[in-house]
Amino acid sequence: MSDDARNVPYRGGGFSPVAKRGAGFVVFLVLLALAEWGTRSGWINNLTLPRPSDVGATLVELWQSGLMWTHIAPSLTRLVVGSVMGISAGISVGVMIGLFSYVRAGLIPLVAAIFPIPKIALLPLFVIWFGIDEGSKYALIALGTFTPTIVATYGAVDNVDRTLVRMGQSFGLSWSSIVRKIILPGALPGILSGLRVSVAIGIILLVAAEMLGAEYGIGAYILQAGSLYDLERLFAGVLILSVLGVVTSWAIGQLEKRLLNWRN
Amino acid sequence: MNLTLNHVSHRYSDMQVLDDISLHIPAGEILCVIGPSGCGKSTLLRLIGGLEQPTSGEILQIGEPPEGCLNPLTFVFQDFALLPWRTVRANVSLVLEDHRLGRAENNRIIDDVLARTRLSDFGDALPRQLSGGMKQRVAIARALAVKPAVMLLDEPLSALDAQTRELLMEDLVDLWERQKFTGVYVTHNLAEAVRLGHRIAVLSRRPGRVRELIDIDIPLKDRHMTHPELEVLQTRLWDLMREEATAADRELQHV
Repeated sequence: MSDDARNVPYRGGGFSPVAKRGAGFVVFLVLLALAEWGTRSGWINNLTLPRPSDVGATLVELWQSGLMWTHIAPSLTRLVVGSVMGISAGISVGVMIGLFSYVRAGLIPLVAAIFPIPKIALLPLFVIWFGIDEGSKYALIALGTFTPTIVATYGAVDNVDRTLVRMGQSFGLSWSSIVRKIILPGALPGILSGLRVSVAIGIILLVAAEMLGAEYGIGAYILQAGSLYDLERLFAGVLILSVLGVVTSWAIGQLEKRLLNWRN
Repeated sequence: MNLTLNHVSHRYSDMQVLDDISLHIPAGEILCVIGPSGCGKSTLLRLIGGLEQPTSGEILQIGEPPEGCLNPLTFVFQDFALLPWRTVRANVSLVLEDHRLGRAENNRIIDDVLARTRLSDFGDALPRQLSGGMKQRVAIARALAVKPAVMLLDEPLSALDAQTRELLMEDLVDLWERQKFTGVYVTHNLAEAVRLGHRIAVLSRRPGRVRELIDIDIPLKDRHMTHPELEVLQTRLWDLMREEATAADRELQHV
């Protein structure tokens, strides 16, 4: 025993993210306050950034005039119809790729070829195929959500624990029981996390499609504001979009909580 | 129902795993298969259970499985293989659902096997809430639910700690005493083999061959941790295996 005893230095800790409530909100508020103060004091030119309070006023005005809903309703319809088509087709094709070797060998190269195409580039073609109005927009969003969903789904099916499948076989379960009761529930976590990516891509494509030709819709609203250099309205539109992103991501989070409550 | 293996050999591409295995597994007895790691014990069990096909030789079922048997050859896996999204009851129910017995009959079977494995209070728990020993009991309950003619146990206690292993070994003996099931029990643990085996097959290292067959006449319920005869037997088994295990340990892995 030596007499210069001291505590063993603590070296662990860190590297494990913990949820801190409200931190995100504070960052948001600080940035807003900074912008408000900067534009009021003249430190930031009004041409480079609109005053946050003006953007707020524009939003309120938009709400009171009833125009907000006129723009959001068609956008939401397009997003929902397009992504439901793309995601459901993507999940079915992804599961088929995961289950059948021939489908896998035949389709994976095709998916790899389609995935990196900027779908917006195809919009003129889609206009000819599906018409100038809603059809082409649905198709664009559907195709955009289709490929990432396929990739996420077959990855998730591949990752289902094969010992569980062997267990099912060893108890004489039918092929369809193994798919329905073991493969699909086992792939669900991967499919749902792929959904987050797909829906975000869907929102991006929604705005792109609306910018290229729509009377109403958030994309059209932003484009109009942009061509008039009306920064307040432009920012109001962008704000609506990011709220839409936050809401869909929250909805998927809720879905995960309900469907995946068996996980830790 | 008896099982007979005639000159079974198995190879994975160019690697011989099992070589000319002939065994007889009489009804109502437990055969323990021991051998150094990588000797093909688990492969042998998968062959017997029909999850793989032998390269040559034949595996025969002799006689009909008993009345009411839903799945004659039933596995218990080392890693439990429970569906994490199903409760204990639903995990047992999984293997009954395809047989269309009706809800009442399903519930009766589930209640019965959960009672036999002392899990009645945990029917609604999810696997992640259970300890390793409890998970393996659920897997055993699931296996009992299909009234197997032969239970194929693939190192069922290897993922558990020593105390839990001891408790589960007693449970297995109890279950066997109550209903004399036929078992093939693969393990690398010699203590488990001498406690549970009516007969022990010692496999050599890869390619696995039957080096020795040992019959133990002591009734299962009389075998205890410190039974002198069993200790002698265990030492003898270790002497048989020591050389093989050392050699197997020094082999390079073929990946």
